Amino acid sequence: MYQYDTLDKAMVADRAAEFRGQVARRLSGELTEDQFKPLRLMNGLYLQLHAYMLRVAIPYGSLNPTQMRKLAWIGRTYDKGYGHFTTRTNLQFHWIKLRDTPDILDHLAEVDMHAIQTSGNCIRNVTADPYAGATAEEVDDPRVWAEVLRQWSTFHPEFSFLPRKFKFAITASPKDRTAARVHDIGLVMRRGRDGALGFEVIVGGGMGRTPYVGPTIREFLPVDQLLSYVEAILRVYNRHGRRDNKYKARIKILVAALGTEEFTRQVDAEWAKIGAEINLPDAEVARIRAAFAIVDFETLPSRSETFEAAKAASPALARFARNNLKPHKRPGYAIVEISLKGIGETPGDATSDQMEVVADLGERYGHRDIRVTHEQNLVLPHVKLDDVPAVWAALRDAGIATPNINLVSDIIACPGLDYCALANARAISIAQLIADKFRDPDRAENVGELKIKISGCINACGHHHVGHIGILGVDKKGEEFYQLTLGGSGAEDASLGAMLGPALPYDRVAGAVDTLVEVYLRERQPGERFLDTFRRAGVAPFKEAVYADAH
Amino acid sequence: MPTLIEMIDGSARSVDDGFVFVADDQDLPEGDLILTLSRFQTEGEVLLSQGRRVGVKLLADQEVEALAYDLPRLSVVALDFPKFGDGRSYSNARLLRERYGFKGQVRAVGDVLREQAGFLLRVGFDAFEPADGSSANEWQAAALRYRHVFQRAADARAPVYLEREA
Ligand code: SF4
Repeated sequence: MYQYDTLDKAMVADRAAEFRGQVARRLSGELTEDQFKPLRLMNGLYLQLHAYMLRVAIPYGSLNPTQMRKLAWIGRTYDKGYGHFTTRTNLQFHWIKLRDTPDILDHLAEVDMHAIQTSGNCIRNVTADPYAGATAEEVDDPRVWAEVLRQWSTFHPEFSFLPRKFKFAITASPKDRTAARVHDIGLVMRRGRDGALGFEVIVGGGMGRTPYVGPTIREFLPVDQLLSYVEAILRVYNRHGRRDNKYKARIKILVAALGTEEFTRQVDAEWAKIGAEINLPDAEVARIRAAFAIVDFETLPSRSETFEAAKAASPALARFARNNLKPHKRPGYAIVEISLKGIGETPGDATSDQMEVVADLGERYGHRDIRVTHEQNLVLPHVKLDDVPAVWAALRDAGIATPNINLVSDIIACPGLDYCALANARAISIAQLIADKFRDPDRAENVGELKIKISGCINACGHHHVGHIGILGVDKKGEEFYQLTLGGSGAEDASLGAMLGPALPYDRVAGAVDTLVEVYLRERQPGERFLDTFRRAGVAPFKEAVYADAH
Repeated sequence: MPTLIEMIDGSARSVDDGFVFVADDQDLPEGDLILTLSRFQTEGEVLLSQGRRVGVKLLADQEVEALAYDLPRLSVVALDFPKFGDGRSYSNARLLRERYGFKGQVRAVGDVLREQAGFLLRVGFDAFEPADGSSANEWQAAALRYRHVFQRAADARAPVYLEREA
């Protein structure tokens, strides 16, 4: 993993000191809340329904056990003993006191963490493939380029006051686990015909009230020109993006208004004028690359007798292995996904105790490497198959061995009405009701991959547009209603969901999902996921079943 | 009148503003002037020929490209911040310095707060009219708070990757 050097550390320390001064000015009354607001938002501090929320950055979702333990400790000391992992792979503390925040930032700085650019109209945390460095699918380690972008975008003097927030995703695998096509900029690494590395550059995807799957504006950008090219995109956006209406201010609106061709022309014209000195020198790229090379993998047989015997003895372990283990590029290793979607739990929440268990496992069995996925789960990317039984047992004891990765109960839900001032409706409890319907793990496994995503309002923080089943909270005369969409995807086959029919009241949503799943089980052909069946059969059979009793 | 702070070679000082800004509907006073873009385009030629020093104030939605041919004759370009969060003038400033090689003063006017000082300096501003009553000392401390920078901009500071090589 990338290690902060003294220069990286100094940046974080300077920021923490600056914020301490700003909080003191606020507490003494020198700053009004109006004046303080933009300053606290630059430090990831929001005022929510009940308390302050602090959003801690986890750059490209990658952290080490020391950092995880610190997050656990902060959760226990300053919050209610837990934290919430977000779809931006950050961690939020929802019950923070303003006067504690300078100390919290100092504690974070001790382990090279911070809340820089976790809010505000700036370049936010970059999403990278959570399997980076572990999957055999990738053509390069995308974390190298995510780190390049982290450094370039941190306190960028020209792009810290954009029309709106700005999010990058980067993946180097054909299987996209980052939702690259629904980001402001999605970068998909590939090799050119001559073997050189480059990026497909996708711009102007997004969710919110006007969702778009982003168009590709450059098929192949050589890697060494990444920074000059993204500077050109950001400059066109900074100058021409709308600032009169925050709902029309994301880059997707600019791209759509100009048209892909004209937008691309403007970017290329700007790029032609930007000097190559903006690009990072090869020596620095090499330094960063070296930081991500793990050298101490063991040479192991691809089959572990220990693991096979343990699975044979424990159906629960076998089930966990079927659903939560993913293939590793090295024989004898696995990628272990840890679901934060326990049945009846809040998606993405982890208690301080659970965080410490994961930290210990990462320390002992995982090369000190822990990842956060944008689907709000955790990953131990490098675990020996021999060690999987021990890892699983520890997770089970901590209540986080739920074997449901990518299954129907692995739901993304935004905070919704429980925390968020903008919400129309609850999202978390809808997720809990649905998960409860699929409590039987055999049934859930039989259903297979099914991505449900729930947002409490049109801002779409729960990514409902790209759910195989999307659920959107709407307000109908003061009552919570939910609009269902089908057929969305945030992956390499990205698409936006289509409306199922009239919105449903709160107590009918989980039953409707159950019905949708039954239709799928009836209609599916061999090998089809829910999404595939929907794409083949269309909305009609689903719609008919859900609204049958309305006729 | 707001104080004018100039920052040269890392040191900030309060200075008397030698320029007067004139709006479109105001009569022209004597002396050195900062004009709106449209007024500069109609009257700038005459004023310059009188031997006055002339500057132009660009609003956030006006682009420096409009001044490309006039820059060598201008002493000041003032760039407006209608709100703290409106970042368009950062791009204008950087282009003035990097693309057009403008050597005159680039001045930040409008909703200009201490918290922006470091960013402003890095994109090429060298004069500031703070709206928050900052003194020159406060401005300097804020502008230089960060000991390192991560990326190239319009200033001469070496990004961390060059410091690492050294
Ligand atoms: S989608 Fe709406 S309710 Fe949910 S977190 Fe975002 S703003 Fe809040």
